[in-house]
Amino acid sequence: MALHFELVTPAKLVRSEDVHMVVVPGTEGEFGVLAGHAPFMSTVADGALKVYKTENGIPEEIVISGGFAEVGDKGLTVLAEHVGS
Amino acid sequence: MASLKELKGRINSVKSTQKITKAKQMVAAAKLRKAQEAAEQARPYAARLAEVMGSLASKITISENSPKLLAGTGSDQVHLLVVANSDKGLCGAFNSNIVKAALIKARKLEAEGKTVLFYLVGRKGRAVIKREFPKQIVHEFDTTGVREPGFNEAEQIADELVALYDKGTFDIAHLFYAKFRSALVQEPTGQQIIPVPAPTAAPAAADAVTEYEPEEEEILAALLPRYLKTQIFGALLENAASEQGASMTAMDNATRNAGDLIQKLTIQYNRSRQAAITTELVEIIAGAEAL
Repeated sequence: MALHFELVTPAKLVRSEDVHMVVVPGTEGEFGVLAGHAPFMSTVADGALKVYKTENGIPEEIVISGGFAEVGDKGLTVLAEHVGS
Repeated sequence: MASLKELKGRINSVKSTQKITKAKQMVAAAKLRKAQEAAEQARPYAARLAEVMGSLASKITISENSPKLLAGTGSDQVHLLVVANSDKGLCGAFNSNIVKAALIKARKLEAEGKTVLFYLVGRKGRAVIKREFPKQIVHEFDTTGVREPGFNEAEQIADELVALYDKGTFDIAHLFYAKFRSALVQEPTGQQIIPVPAPTAAPAAADAVTEYEPEEEEILAALLPRYLKTQIFGALLENAASEQGASMTAMDNATRNAGDLIQKLTIQYNRSRQAAITTELVEIIAGAEAL
């Protein structure tokens, strides 16, 4: 099962794809989101998202700041004010 | 009656004006498309954030412990009018319409005995407001350094507004900009941005209980300034699209008027030329007959 992951900035929709897992640096600790995660909302500390395309693949890092993560039925949505270093 | 040479000069000058207005019209048309695309791309973020804000706001009740950005200062004495204009002219009544809407609101508030302050974004429209309310301009935000006002500018504006708000400079802020309806219609709009009006977006049907980390109130407090930024960003984008739309319409009219004028002048030119030829012929014939 794949997790639908969306990364949105005020200027545009940066990513919208199916991935295996995303590790998000929440303000109260890192958390990993897999498909079927319970509904969840958290503010995100400035740092790198780790996107695992496949189970054992090498994660791709996306640096974001001013972020907010929302997990719902539709998957994981990360709202970030700035993307990139 | 103007001489032939004078007429020719006028025709040429109108023609070169027409070239300028035509070029500006085409530039505006291209920029309008870009501005509309930018507005389109900003929509997902704004929609998501409004949704989240809506569902958060519905879960907490406003008390004196709520963030000030949501609950307000408890007074409504000092109003700040944020007026977003463009930096460039050649766009018809675009800027004056926004300024007019702001001035109407300002006079209404003053009539009610409130204090009115201004925060101006963009170069145009400063003069008019300065003339009417010379001592009430808090700040003029300069956007001439950037090509298109983007999220960074919105961020700066929002930060400054929040700082002013925390200092207690004002109680309520309104934002004035032109909403983009179509290339022909731009609607000057005023809306309250501080305290943040609770978003009315219906919260997504929550059949499962959502967990929050940190607490709802804290998330809300963190999101409020972001929501403000998004709103200002949205307004700037709408304004950019409206400006290009207004510019396109105004320049289209100007091009057409120049065309009409050229036609009129050309007819006049040809008539005078004909008259001159006729007079010359008459003179020659009369001279030949006299022999």
